Amino acid sequence: MKVKRYLRLLGIQLKASGLLSLQYRADFFTEGLTSLFWTFTALAPLFVVYSERPSIEGWNFGEALLVVGWFTLLQGILEGAINPSLTGVVEHIRKGTLDFVLLKPADAQFLVSTQRFQPWRAFNVLTGIGLFVYAFMHLGRWPSVTGLLASVLLLGTSTLLLYSLWILTVSAAFFVVRVDNLTYLFTSIFDFARWPSSVFQGVGRGVLTMVFTYVIPLALMTTFPAQAMLGRLPPQSLVGAVVGAGLFAWGSRQVWLRSIRRYTSASS
Amino acid sequence: MSARTTLRAFPTLLRVGFAEAVAYRAEMLIWVLSTTMPLVNMVLWMAVSREAPVGRFGEADFVSYFLATFAVRQLATSWAAWLINWEVKQGTLAMRLLRPISPLWAYAVESIAAFPMRLMVAVPVMLLSVALVGQKAVPQHAWQWGFVVLSVIGGWAVAFLANVAIGALCFFLESSQKVLEVWLVLFFVCSGYMYPVELLPPTLRTIIDWLPFRYQIGVPVEMLTGAYGWEESLRLLAAQWAWVAVLGALAAVTWKQGVRRFAAFGG
Repeated sequence: MKVKRYLRLLGIQLKASGLLSLQYRADFFTEGLTSLFWTFTALAPLFVVYSERPSIEGWNFGEALLVVGWFTLLQGILEGAINPSLTGVVEHIRKGTLDFVLLKPADAQFLVSTQRFQPWRAFNVLTGIGLFVYAFMHLGRWPSVTGLLASVLLLGTSTLLLYSLWILTVSAAFFVVRVDNLTYLFTSIFDFARWPSSVFQGVGRGVLTMVFTYVIPLALMTTFPAQAMLGRLPPQSLVGAVVGAGLFAWGSRQVWLRSIRRYTSASS
Repeated sequence: MSARTTLRAFPTLLRVGFAEAVAYRAEMLIWVLSTTMPLVNMVLWMAVSREAPVGRFGEADFVSYFLATFAVRQLATSWAAWLINWEVKQGTLAMRLLRPISPLWAYAVESIAAFPMRLMVAVPVMLLSVALVGQKAVPQHAWQWGFVVLSVIGGWAVAFLANVAIGALCFFLESSQKVLEVWLVLFFVCSGYMYPVELLPPTLRTIIDWLPFRYQIGVPVEMLTGAYGWEESLRLLAAQWAWVAVLGALAAVTWKQGVRRFAAFGG
């Protein structure tokens, strides 16, 4: 019953955002062009690096391209589905209008997370898929069915992780008010997910790898799905990713619940 | 808007700008922390050069190169284009135009006044670089330090003037944010921000030598890592300041033509 109600709510919110975006159809092309252009900044270092070496830390050009593809795809999800809503929350907190959300008879986290979608911004998802095709053409083979299924499952966990990290960042907004640039900080930390996580092995005796696997799980988001596509992700890693993402989501939910208790409406 | 009033306003503007930079120090720290791109690329290049050096770059050279990039990026940067777009859209530019000093000077001073605070980040990063890599991370001769200072100022000027020229385009285009994005992408790819320009194939390097991007970051960074002798340094500095002059003229013209079209919204 409850699930049905929330699904209906989600439908309504999606419809509202969709209608709004349809008013700005031309954005599809401008956003698309900029997305392709920005992808170039992710590819340029790869071209330079792989003109020097055939393989780095066990990743050749095509394989590393898959990681960049996942990075681009997740960026699309982040910008199209996660960022717009959650920047809205920061605005709500600053202005004190979060009151209106809290008064509604539905879960506040659900309401704020679904308040706005910007489908045109999600163009990067298409760019990411394009990069997968190009990468596999470069590798001269296609992924196995199980590999693809595993990577689709990991797409779910990656999105969940990304969303949970974002919820954690937004929870900080209850403590420090000026957080609009925290969103930039978040995006720049996410930049570390561009490369296969094994690149970080040599830095600080593997401390960085530990951080990016367990503390800020960037490795889980882009390297794991790429490995799954290549069919070389060990099954226990897959299970670990699913369990880890679940735990992370649960943890961020707890932090959100705690932070929202600290919310005191501004002014009035 | 005579030169004298402008000059007289300078010390006060600097003080105001500095006070602002101090007041918003937490925000600045977050901006600093979000310039992770040199570090993201540093780890990649460290992995590449672990077994054998790339060109003249060994692992330690990449560390010093990218830490220098991080430090220079704190200084040779500008967000004037974004600011101009915002102020034109909000109509608050009208307030600035009423003052007896060109808004361009105000933007410039605002950015210069933040230098002391930004140096407080850049200098420790360079000290860290020396601690990690040793003496060769920084120039050995006094004259090289002179070039460092001049080229960092030049790099800032390139960034600022290009930002003004792009920002002023919003008088013609409603919003020049997309133009700014194009500039930023080219900057990322061509400036030496993500990899030393030296590692590119020769034809690309020749093109990049003629573009402004490298002179914003790449050249100051190379000076700061003591890559060049006297003659090469002089040549690069001349090229950099030639670009400063070109961009200065471009910025002045677009701004002058553009501001005539400005109409404040609201009342």
